[in-house]
Amino acid sequence: MMATDSTTTAKGGLLGWVDARFPLTRLWNEQWGQYYAPKNLNNWYLFGSMSLLVLVIQIVTGIFLTMNYKPSAAEAFGSVEYIMRDVEWGWLIRYMHSTGASAFFVVVYLHMFRAMLYGSYRKPRELLWVFGMLIYLVLMGEAFFGYLLPWGNMSYWGAQVIVSLFAALPVIGPDLAEWIRGDFFISDITLNRFFALHVIALPLVLVFLVVAHLLALHEVGSNNPDGVEIKKTKDANGNPVDGIWSHPYYSVKDLMGFAAFFVLFAAVIFFAPTMGGLFLEKPNFELANPMQTPAHIAPVWYFTPFYAMLRAVPAFFGTQVWGVLVMGAAVIILFFLPWLDRSPVKSIRYRGPIYKIALALFVVWFVILGYCGLKPAVEPFKTLSVIGTIYYFAFFLLMPWYSRIDSYKPEPERVTYHAH
Amino acid sequence: MLHCMIGRVAGVYNARSATGTKTVPPRVSGRGATGGCVLETIHGGCPMSEQVDQGRRQLLTAATLLTGAVGAGFAAVPFLASWKPSARARALGAPVEVDISKLEPGALMKVEWRGKPVWVLRRTPEMLQQLEGIDDLLADPGSASSIQPDYARNPARAANPEFLVMLGVCTHLGCAPIERFRRGDAELGADWPGGFYCPCHGSKFDLSGRVFKAMPAPTNLTVPPHTFVDDNRILVGEDQARAA
Repeated sequence: MMATDSTTTAKGGLLGWVDARFPLTRLWNEQWGQYYAPKNLNNWYLFGSMSLLVLVIQIVTGIFLTMNYKPSAAEAFGSVEYIMRDVEWGWLIRYMHSTGASAFFVVVYLHMFRAMLYGSYRKPRELLWVFGMLIYLVLMGEAFFGYLLPWGNMSYWGAQVIVSLFAALPVIGPDLAEWIRGDFFISDITLNRFFALHVIALPLVLVFLVVAHLLALHEVGSNNPDGVEIKKTKDANGNPVDGIWSHPYYSVKDLMGFAAFFVLFAAVIFFAPTMGGLFLEKPNFELANPMQTPAHIAPVWYFTPFYAMLRAVPAFFGTQVWGVLVMGAAVIILFFLPWLDRSPVKSIRYRGPIYKIALALFVVWFVILGYCGLKPAVEPFKTLSVIGTIYYFAFFLLMPWYSRIDSYKPEPERVTYHAH
Repeated sequence: MLHCMIGRVAGVYNARSATGTKTVPPRVSGRGATGGCVLETIHGGCPMSEQVDQGRRQLLTAATLLTGAVGAGFAAVPFLASWKPSARARALGAPVEVDISKLEPGALMKVEWRGKPVWVLRRTPEMLQQLEGIDDLLADPGSASSIQPDYARNPARAANPEFLVMLGVCTHLGCAPIERFRRGDAELGADWPGGFYCPCHGSKFDLSGRVFKAMPAPTNLTVPPHTFVDDNRILVGEDQARAA
């Protein structure tokens, strides 16, 4: 829409030849080059492009790992060791992939928190948020399926525990679990299909969702730390006064973000690839053993808040399906955030004390839940998990009320911006 | 490239165009709101052969879509069914024979059946005594909501009380409980009657695999189908009656 000038003038040369046959220049201009982004975006806005970077890293390193990995129960563990020891630079590619998984969740969690800070999920960005949540869901699936592939003992028992969750569902549960495994236990068959899902099915869905997420973003326009629509104030040409082209302005800024990311990413890969058992758990350096449970089964850190909620709910009426339902609901409830928030303003900058405190406590409890999920189910972690679970749901379910009665400051007409 | 419905079959057409009023400029209309003809003439009328029966079109479209959806549903069956345990997986899940002739009283042996650890515990008279008088501490002492063959729905949870055959898989989330047979085990307290303990989430079971109250595990440990072939051999995975 804003790209008419350059598309009509670009005639000559190879680019002109392509443009006459494919909307290359138009796509570039609409989706990035001349996409007007608010000029007041701060560093919280780096995590979107950073997630895209991690996605590329995961896809590239993943492709190279499949060239040496063998998806069979007999060979999987050995082939990962082979990659680590014998394949030229295999250790680096593998550590990039395993660290990339954790990095993905770090940047995605920060990206989601940014949306909560500035109300980026609010109208008209509800669908954008829903696409983002679907990405998060697929990402969880990717991480789960991928974790079985090294066929270590934690891989094995982690998969065992998660597939057992489905077995807890009434009536269909046991058959469903058997259908997922394709066997009476987690076996070679299960490994083989998880491999297929991890390397082709879910990545395809993920890429499709990322495209939808970006298209939706560029359709409605980016939110900003003030939560004020830049499209409200336009210049004579109909362009937002407070908007600037993404290229070169945000191209350069995002590259700075990439540089910062690579510093931290490299530090972890080279100095702490296992992150003390957080990124690669210790029992996973042993071959999967169906007869021997690791002394303590914990998922990788990014799942632990939800795992703590699962364990916080006791079994009653002779079934433990309740914990499973609570864990599922904890993820699903996030989808409804755009409709739960009833504040007249979007950004934390203009919100009242109730939401500020509620959000701060939410972060604190989410981290506590994550810590409890790493620990055995003993006191005080049991009680903390219960309180954390209650707070987690109260934060969302009571939001329609407390976000409405909360005080707020009037939003400015235009975004606040100080040149520096 | 107009595909025309002839007037004869057209039950619905644009009345305004048909009457020849010049209110509509000449244009190509799809199956739009005016819904009459595909191409209106310059006079605003509709050539006789351009009458389109929208109702018929919708019916045909819906019928085609429905047929396609049913076909897609059938086509999905092979793909979904391919996820079920294969013939080989089912064959490998066949019953396992266990030799118990060398099992000492009080000892536990583990065999693998369908990738799961199966315990065979040869209980001593003292161990069987440890099962008595603790019903108040148990969540499901009568094994009412637990999984076992009918011949094992008793306090000993066995067809032959001396031999306990049980899956070594916690009914909570599938971990492997460990043996803590001694009464008053140092780790589990002086009032511990002896049994099994799951190190993952702390579930406790007695020497029949019955779960204690207020544990993460909802039910007693599962007793698989099993049968005594003779005094020295147990067949795990095959029911008593069927084998006899």
